[in-house]
Amino acid sequence: MQPEERQSVVDVALASGVAIPGETAARTKVLGRLRLGDAVFRHLTRAAAIAVLLLLTGVIISLIEGSLPAFRKFGFEFLISERWNPVTEIFGALPAIYGTVITSLIAMLIAVPVGLMIAYFLTELCPQWLRRPIGIAIELLAGIPSIIYGIWGLFMFAPFLQATLQPFLIDSLGHVPLIAPLFSGPPYGIGILTAGLILAIMVLPFVTSISRDVFEAVPAVLKEAAYGVGCTTWEVMRYVVLPYARIGVIGGVMLALGRALGETMAVTFVIGNAHRISASLLAPGTTISASIANEFTEATSDLYTSALIALGLILFVITFIVLAAARYMLLRIERRIG
Amino acid sequence: MPDTVALSRYAGRRRRNAVATALSFAATAFGLGWLVLILGVLLWEGFGGLSVAVFTQMTPPPGSNGGLLNPIFGSLILTAIAVLIGTPIGILAGTYMAEYGRHDRLTSVVRFINDILLSAPSIVIGLFIYQVMVAPLGHFSGWAGGVALAVIVIPVVVRTTEDMLVLVPNALREAATSIGLPRSMAITHICYRAARAGMVTGVLLAVARISGETAPLLFTSLNNQFWSTDLNGPMSSLPVVIFQFALSPYKDWQALAWTGALIITLAVLALSITARSLTSSGKRS
Repeated sequence: MQPEERQSVVDVALASGVAIPGETAARTKVLGRLRLGDAVFRHLTRAAAIAVLLLLTGVIISLIEGSLPAFRKFGFEFLISERWNPVTEIFGALPAIYGTVITSLIAMLIAVPVGLMIAYFLTELCPQWLRRPIGIAIELLAGIPSIIYGIWGLFMFAPFLQATLQPFLIDSLGHVPLIAPLFSGPPYGIGILTAGLILAIMVLPFVTSISRDVFEAVPAVLKEAAYGVGCTTWEVMRYVVLPYARIGVIGGVMLALGRALGETMAVTFVIGNAHRISASLLAPGTTISASIANEFTEATSDLYTSALIALGLILFVITFIVLAAARYMLLRIERRIG
Repeated sequence: MPDTVALSRYAGRRRRNAVATALSFAATAFGLGWLVLILGVLLWEGFGGLSVAVFTQMTPPPGSNGGLLNPIFGSLILTAIAVLIGTPIGILAGTYMAEYGRHDRLTSVVRFINDILLSAPSIVIGLFIYQVMVAPLGHFSGWAGGVALAVIVIPVVVRTTEDMLVLVPNALREAATSIGLPRSMAITHICYRAARAGMVTGVLLAVARISGETAPLLFTSLNNQFWSTDLNGPMSSLPVVIFQFALSPYKDWQALAWTGALIITLAVLALSITARSLTSSGKRS
């Protein structure tokens, strides 16, 4: 029913009703006020919804606007240049992009298999009474602010790696042909590998909780049928649950990847902030977010600031693509369930 | 001898299953081990520094004693601004998506955009607020920090509000309408009340999320060594102080950073546990 129509119905009802004239007028007034309140509230909520859209638009526009000077100066060269020199004002984003991608890659290589195995444990093997506590503990791990990971990584994890894992890697894998360059150089403690490992610990809960949710959404009938023909628990997981939940798992993994790419504080503490691309994973490097966090307040010239905002824009575009793909995949599996 | 072949294949499958089980146990122990390790170190390092002085004195210059009063106060103020700005917008937007436009195009677009905002790198939010608030005004300010945090609050609240309102049974709305309540009052008096526990949880989760956020504050509210209630000037906050103190070479600054980290973590854990118990009791009733 259109609003005008509705109003006329109300008016007819009032007019034809047996009512004292003064009361009818009062009622019409109240009704009018309610109608106005309704319209105001409706438009208010609509405006808020549109404000969310404008927020993202604003982010994109402001980043593009801020990065224009850098892109105008360096052009496409900005994306592929390895040089980052604030003194001579020559900026290239490649080391930061490289660091961002490599640290996230290390994180996913560790977090995805471990997270899937935890989800396997939680959905298929864990006794019922233990599921909730472990699930909550994993989610608490997700709730710890990233700066805590950062300070812990700087004071505890990096010295620990410097004393144990890194010398071990240098001694063992450092002599294996082909991969030797990856593990060459002194053990600094901080560096690309350390940052990747901390990121792995950070995104592990995301991978776990999303995989657990999609595993739980697999219809019990499918699993029961597989058990019925004599599959082992692992075979049910490997040949029934995993293929069924595939899209959801990939979506969850991409969501975690989006987090890892944009993570700032945990990385900034342990990456070493060196704008260069080293073959060795043990060497210090930088990521986009770490560069911005470390240098933004020190950026004295407009071009320097603009170059850092341009880095932010690149990061935003990368994460936007990853997150959009993740959401699309999770949406597909939601539709299948719902 | 088909029987032995079948048996050995069966043994192989059993073995593979056992290996997978062992690996999943190991993975779970690995995951929980980090939680224990991080919380353990945090308690060990932070608890020693915890004293009355931490909550009553200002941040010290290097080499002298002090506390974390101004950053704690700053963090509370910034969080309050963020919640006061972010919650109404988030709840209204979520209301539109669940109540008015559940099936329109605008809702699906907003939902998608909101999900992107929800996981967008927080440092990019900081850059955005720097561009629209700090650069034009020419100075860092507490307001800018609060607004940056509000941008992080909004998507969390939108998401939970929508999810919770969608769960409210339609019979409640029909009943409200049948006794003559206008739509807006049906929503604010009936639906909000039914979804209250979930909506409060959303706000609590948002607070938990922003209370540890550092990246968006680094170049919006910056930092302030002194007591300041001026929202137009730079404002101290716990995460930024932790960042600055932890990276400093001074031992007593580093100790304060650990204490600050402990305070934030305890606050975040308390918030998320409260939020969790709220929803579980809401589900039961």
